[in-house]
Amino acid sequence: MPNIVAYVVRQRDHLAQRAAHQRVVSVLVRIVVLLKYVPDISSDRRFEEGRVVRDPAAGSLNELDEHAVEAALRIVESQPGGDHEVVAVTLAPATADIALRKAYQMGVHRGVRVTDDALAGSDYFGTAAALAAAVRRLDAENGAVRPVDLVITGMAALDGLGSVVPALVAEELGWAQLTLAKSVALDGDARGATLTITREVDDAHETLAAPLPAVLSVTDTANSPRYPNFKLIMAARSKAIEEWSAADLGLDPATVGLAGARTVTVEAAPSPARPEVQVVVDKGEGGKALAEFLIRNDLV
Amino acid sequence: MTIRTRPTVLVFLDSPQRTVETVRPAVLELITLGRTLGRVDVVTLGAPTVEVLATLGAYGVHLVHQAQVPTSLPESSYRLTSVLASVLATAVRRNDADVLLVPSSFAGKEAAAVAAARLGSGLVVDASSLAWTGEPGAGDPAPLRLGKRVFAGTWTTVSTVASDPAVVTVRANTVVAEPAAVATEAVVEPLPVEVEAPRVTVVERTLKERAAGRPQLEEAAIVVAGGRGTNGDFGPVDDLADALGAAVGATRDAVFEGWFDRYIGQTGVTVAPRLYIGAGISGAPHHRGGMQASQVIVSVNNDPEAPIVEQSDFAVVGDLADVLPQAAAAIREHKAARA
Ligand SMILES: Cc1cc2nc3c(=O)[nH]c(=O)nc-3n(C[C@H](O)[C@H](O)[C@H](O)COP(=O)(O)OP(=O)(O)OC[C@H]3O[C@@H](n4cnc5c(N)ncnc54)[C@H](O)[C@@H]3O)c2cc1C
Ligand SMILES: Cc1cc2nc3c(=O)[nH]c(=O)nc-3n(C[C@H](O)[C@H](O)[C@H](O)COP(=O)(O)OP(=O)(O)OC[C@H]3O[C@@H](n4cnc5c(N)ncnc54)[C@H](O)[C@@H]3O)c2cc1C
Repeated sequence: MPNIVAYVVRQRDHLAQRAAHQRVVSVLVRIVVLLKYVPDISSDRRFEEGRVVRDPAAGSLNELDEHAVEAALRIVESQPGGDHEVVAVTLAPATADIALRKAYQMGVHRGVRVTDDALAGSDYFGTAAALAAAVRRLDAENGAVRPVDLVITGMAALDGLGSVVPALVAEELGWAQLTLAKSVALDGDARGATLTITREVDDAHETLAAPLPAVLSVTDTANSPRYPNFKLIMAARSKAIEEWSAADLGLDPATVGLAGARTVTVEAAPSPARPEVQVVVDKGEGGKALAEFLIRNDLV
Repeated sequence: MTIRTRPTVLVFLDSPQRTVETVRPAVLELITLGRTLGRVDVVTLGAPTVEVLATLGAYGVHLVHQAQVPTSLPESSYRLTSVLASVLATAVRRNDADVLLVPSSFAGKEAAAVAAARLGSGLVVDASSLAWTGEPGAGDPAPLRLGKRVFAGTWTTVSTVASDPAVVTVRANTVVAEPAAVATEAVVEPLPVEVEAPRVTVVERTLKERAAGRPQLEEAAIVVAGGRGTNGDFGPVDDLADALGAAVGATRDAVFEGWFDRYIGQTGVTVAPRLYIGAGISGAPHHRGGMQASQVIVSVNNDPEAPIVEQSDFAVVGDLADVLPQAAAAIREHKAARA
């Protein structure tokens, strides 16, 4: 990849014209990161009445989404000028503020929580519809003078593990999807910007490119998320979080939440416990014991 | 009362090449599973060889929908999510399928999801069991019941999909692939597919080299995995894998150290083999999420307190550098005596 020297926001006519006209590089980058609040992977994760228990004491920002935040911050930091914006959006109940605060601590500028009883129990499609509607609202803010260039997500939410929300948000928005990136490069000129990623998917190495706007998902190999600095930690405590409802997003309640869900969890039960483990301490015959166990159980 | 005709199940037959030269075990499993639900047809992007058609017939497949995408579409873009989704959605409509089955992989899940979005269908990913809620043919349409193991295998959920069609991705090793009792003659039908010009360009695509003679990690019946406890020497892991005809995997830590290239776990490959053997692996929740559904779990660890010991059916407490080669030798001996 060539150096990212002059990245100009994608070709929205007025911006491109302004940049060309003023012969300066326009560097307004606006990125939305989608963050999920999930139960801690080492906590006692469980269901009640077919729904995941979201215990506020054992929930946090999905670890993999820290890589999305990091990717967004690195992109804006690589651009000249200081007027960039990274907006974090989560679809979740109020307990999820802790996830947005974590994003603030890392340096995200603005946080939006989409919360509505009508959105509870959303399936993949309800989730993607609501998140895409939030992106559209941000895109259109203030007469669309600063459209959204890029949506960045994690590779999977560690509770649902669907890895489908990014592709569905791209489909909803009609934007290009560049998913599961292990490296990301942005470059461009006054005619527009191109995002290029490398990835490893199903037995192949790929390099993919697309013009902005796009939806990008990053893997845990794309970067190492930064540690929050003290100043940002202090500031994050009191920073406001915006709350949007389904109505604010113009969502039809019949198409989202439990009402619109096309799949419903009807049962959830702890898996039966494994039989007691057989332990053999190796005193010189451990390998043979292993082989015998396999042979006895018809596994060879 | 509406009498419902036998449900139709469409299976995605994916192939890395332009001609479909083999049917992956995971696809044969889906066909086997599909037969328990109804009549099975497949959809593919490539031209199947005579051998492939014979295999499909042996497994009871009726129609092979061979997608014909516009010639203006560069071949490099055939595997983009948006293109695959168009193929899948078109095939479902054309076939009037009640269920679309796609092998679970990152690419498979995305294509299934976008196809479901376009069809207005419900989607369940990583299903581990499928059945109609009612008698097939009795009502119209009986919702599908799908089992799924979640939270690193500690919980099992059942979901229903009310939409017709239902879109489902299924994990490898969910069932044992078996030919049909009555073979069919699989017939190829061209399937014209309209595809919007993709927004994404494939700049480069190279297939990874596969370890010769080893099964594919995702699909293997036996997996031997190594972790940090190998200290960078995967020799004993390879040795045991070769003795067992197993695939080799690793933990993320081992991959980040550069000792191996593919890791098992929540952010890596999910495996559900008949037998998983973890050597020098502690059993962190992230890793466990990718192997907990294995039928039999064996571990070799020099620390009796390592979490993986508790998660195993059989555990050897000892140094893997001693235990694995001895096990490999004993297995080779057993196989030689049997032969
Ligand atoms: C155990 C479990 C199983 C489920 N199975 C199904 C199923 O089979 N079918 C179905 O339709 N629904 C299912 N759901 C519901 C589904 O998980 C939710 O719709 C969820 O919000 C998105 O799916 P995911 O967690 O798999 O996300 P993924 O697709 O894995 O998420 C990828 C990325 O998208 C972003 N993202 C995802 N969710 C949000 C959010 N709420 N807010 C902001 N960003 C987000 C994050 O950046 C995340 O890293 C399941 C939920 C759980 C907890
Ligand atoms: C967001 C995120 C996602 C992650 N995703 C994954 C994932 O998908 N997959 C994954 O694997 N990890 C993942 N991880 C990492 C995971 O949390 C663990 O750190 C990792 O699985 C540990 O690898 P390990 O078991 O090889 O190493 P360790 O935890 O260090 O364990 C090594 C084990 O080897 C034993 N040992 C040492 N020497 C010997 C010897 N000579 N003989 C026998 N035993 C020996 C030790 O007793 C120890 O139990 C993820 C982490 C994060 C933060």
